[in-house]
Amino acid sequence: MGDAVIFHRIQFAFTVMFHYLFPILTMGLGFFIALLSTLHLATGKEHYAHAARFWAKIFAINFAVGVVTGIPLEFEFGTNWSRFSAFGGGVFGQALPLEGVYAFFLESGFLGLFLFGEGRVSRTLHWLAGLGVAAGSLLSGYFIVAANAWMQHPVGYVRAASGGVQLTSFWQVLLNPYAGWEFAHTINGAFVTAAYVIGGVGAFYMLSNKHIEFARLSLKMAIVAGVIVCITQAIPTGDLNSRDVVRYQPTKLAAMEGLFNTTRGAPLAIIGMPDTSRATLIDPIYVPKTLSFLAYGNFDAAVDGLSTYPKDLWPPVELTYYTYHIMVGLGTIFIAQMLIGLVLLWAGKLCTSRWFLWTMMLAFPFTYIANEAGWMVAEVGRQPWLVYGLLKTAQGTSANVAGGEALFTLLGFMGIYAMLGLLFLFLVGRVIQQGPEPASP
Amino acid sequence: MNIVWFWTLGGMLIAYSILDGYDLGVGALHLFIARGDHERRISINAIGPVWNGNEVWLLAAGGMMVVSFPRVYASGFSGFYLALMLVLWLLILRGVSIEFRSKLESGLWRSFWDTGFWFGSFLLCLLLGVALGNVLHGLPIGPSGFFQGTFALMLNPYSLLAGVLSLVLLPWHAANYLRRKTEGELLARAERWSRVLLCLVVLLVGVMTVVTFKIRPGIFASFRSQPLFFLFPVLTVAGLVLGFFAWAPGCSRIAFAASTLTIAGLLASAAATVFPDLLVSTIRPDYSLNIYNAASSHHALVVSFIANILGMVAVALYSTYVHRTFQGKVQLGSHGY
Repeated sequence: MGDAVIFHRIQFAFTVMFHYLFPILTMGLGFFIALLSTLHLATGKEHYAHAARFWAKIFAINFAVGVVTGIPLEFEFGTNWSRFSAFGGGVFGQALPLEGVYAFFLESGFLGLFLFGEGRVSRTLHWLAGLGVAAGSLLSGYFIVAANAWMQHPVGYVRAASGGVQLTSFWQVLLNPYAGWEFAHTINGAFVTAAYVIGGVGAFYMLSNKHIEFARLSLKMAIVAGVIVCITQAIPTGDLNSRDVVRYQPTKLAAMEGLFNTTRGAPLAIIGMPDTSRATLIDPIYVPKTLSFLAYGNFDAAVDGLSTYPKDLWPPVELTYYTYHIMVGLGTIFIAQMLIGLVLLWAGKLCTSRWFLWTMMLAFPFTYIANEAGWMVAEVGRQPWLVYGLLKTAQGTSANVAGGEALFTLLGFMGIYAMLGLLFLFLVGRVIQQGPEPASP
Repeated sequence: MNIVWFWTLGGMLIAYSILDGYDLGVGALHLFIARGDHERRISINAIGPVWNGNEVWLLAAGGMMVVSFPRVYASGFSGFYLALMLVLWLLILRGVSIEFRSKLESGLWRSFWDTGFWFGSFLLCLLLGVALGNVLHGLPIGPSGFFQGTFALMLNPYSLLAGVLSLVLLPWHAANYLRRKTEGELLARAERWSRVLLCLVVLLVGVMTVVTFKIRPGIFASFRSQPLFFLFPVLTVAGLVLGFFAWAPGCSRIAFAASTLTIAGLLASAAATVFPDLLVSTIRPDYSLNIYNAASSHHALVVSFIANILGMVAVALYSTYVHRTFQGKVQLGSHGY
C-alpha cells in the first residue's frame, strides 16, 4: 500500500507537469494574439495579421497537445484518486465540468474559427474569435485554479455522515479567497512565459537576420509587456499569494523558507541548505528581519517554524525549499533582464545588441522551469494533505489499484509523452522555420 | 433532481457519441473508404475543424459525473483502471495522428499516421461499446462500492457483442457524415459502405436486444412501470427505418439524421434499462450504485445543474454555429490537414 501511494503521486505529478507545459504558453499567448488582431483591425496593417496568424499556429499546436494531455488528468481523479473523488467530488468537482462547458468549448470553438474561418467569416467576427480564444484560455485556467484552491483551503462544505464532504455554498467554492491571488500569480506567470517565447523567437530571427520586421515587432512587444509582467509577478501577485499561504498554510511557508524554529524578526534566507534531521539551515545567507516583514508587514513579527508542528505534518522540506528558491531566484533574474532590455530599447540599441539578443533567445526555457517550480511549491508544500486539514494524500488513492499497476501506467505515460514531446518540438520547430510571412505561391 | 441528473448525463453521453461518433467512425473507415492522399485529406479535413471540440464533450461529461455522482465516477474509473488507461493512450495516438500527418509531404510519413489514426479510432469504437456493455451487464461491486476489473471480466461475450455493435454503428454514422461532406468517387464509396453497414447494424441491434432480454429478464417490467421509456426503442427502430429511406444516392441529410436518431435511441434505451441504477452489482442488488446512494447532496446537484445547463445552452448554440460555418462539401485549401 505504501508503495502504491508514491506511484499514484508520481504519475499524477508527471502527467500534470507535462500537461502544464502547454497551457503555460496558451494562457499567455492568447492575450498577445488578441492584441495583435486588435492592432490589425485598428490599423489595417498586414504585418499584424501575419504575426497573429503565426502565433495562432503555435497556439494551436500547444492547444492540441494540451487537450490530449489534459484528458488523462480528469480521468486520473477517478482512476488513481477514486477515494478522493468519492470524498469530495460534489464540492471540489464543481469547477471541473464548468471548465469544460464554459471555457474549453469557447477556446476550441473559437480557435477553429480563427484558424480555418479566415475568409469564411467577416473580419470583425474573426477578430472576436481571437478575443474568444484568449478569454476561453483564461477562464479555463480560473476554474482549474478554483478546484486547486479548494484543496489548498477548503471552504463552502460540511462534513457528511458518510465521512465525505457536502457542498453548502457554490459561490464560496468558486470564489474561494485563496483562488484570487493564486490565479493572478498563475496567469501572470503564463504571461511571463509568453513574453519570453515571443521575445525568444524575435531574437532568433534577428540574430539569424531573417524576418526583420516581425522580429522587431516581437522584441518590442516582448520587452514592453515583459517588464510589466515580470514586475507584477513579484509585486503584487507573488507577494499577496504568499500572504495567503502565511494565513492558511503555515507549514508550507515554514518549509518554503527553511524556517525550523519560531522566530521573532525572522530573517529571509537567500541561500542555504535545509537539513531536516538536525532541523537547521546549513550555510545560510540571511537578509535580517525581512521574512517577518514580507509575511506580516512588520519587521518584528513572530513567524511560526516547522518545529511548532508534529513532524508527520511537515511537507517534504527540501523539495519545497529548493523549488521555492528556484522560482524566486529566476523571477528576480527575469526582472533584471527585462529592465536591461527596456534600457536598450530606450536607447534604440535593442536590435543591434547581439549579446542581449542571445540572452533573450536562450532565456525562455527558464520561464517554464519557474512556472513548474511554483506549482511544485504549491502542491508539494501542501503535503501530507491532499485537502489541507481534511484528507491526507495517502487516504485519497484508489484502494483497488495495485502499486504495480500504477507503476506500469506511469512508465507508459513516460514513454508516450517522450514521443509526444519530440513530435511537438518538431512541429513547433517547423512553424518557426517557415516564418511568419505567408508562403509565396 | 437525481433523476434529472441521470438524464442529463445520459444526454451528455448521447451528444458525445453522436458528435465524436462520426469522427471516430471516419477514423475507423478512412483506410478502406478513401484511396490516395487526396481522398484521405478530404476525409480528415471533413472532421478537422470539429474533432477537438467534439472530444471536449467527453471531458465535460466526465466533469459532470464527478459533481453529480462522485461515487460512480470513483468506482467505475478505478475498477476499469487499465482499460481506461488504454482508452487514454488511444485518444492521444489518434489526436496526434490527425495533427501530424499533414506536416510532411513524405508518403511513408503519411501512411504511418493514417494507420495510427485508423488503429486508435477502430479500437476506441470497440472499447466504448465494450464499456457500455459492461455497464448493462453488471459488475462485481462489493459492499464498499468498489470492484476490481480484470480483462477476463471486461471482455465477456455480452460486452464484446456490444463492442462489435458500436464498431459497425459508429462507422455507419461516419459513412453518412462523409456522404454529406464529399463528392465524386469518395462519395460513391461512402454510399456503398453506408448501405452495407446499415444492414449489419440492423442485424446486430436485433441480436443485442434478444440477448439483453436474456441476461436481464426484469427489463420489460421496468419499462412497463415507466411507459415513456418505450419511446426509446421506438426511436431506434424509426432511425433504422429512416436509414432505408436514404438507400438511394443523394439523400445524405436523411441518412445522417437516421444514424443520429439510431444512436440516440439505442443509448437512451440502454440508460432506461439500468435506471435508476448507474452501476449494477452482480454480487447483490443492494450493493449497486444508484442515483440516490451515489449522488452528491441535493444542494450540490441543484446548483451544478443550473450552472452547467446555462453553459450547455451556449455550447449548443456556438457548436451549431461552428458546424454551420464549415458545412457543405470539403474544399481543400492551402491550410488544413
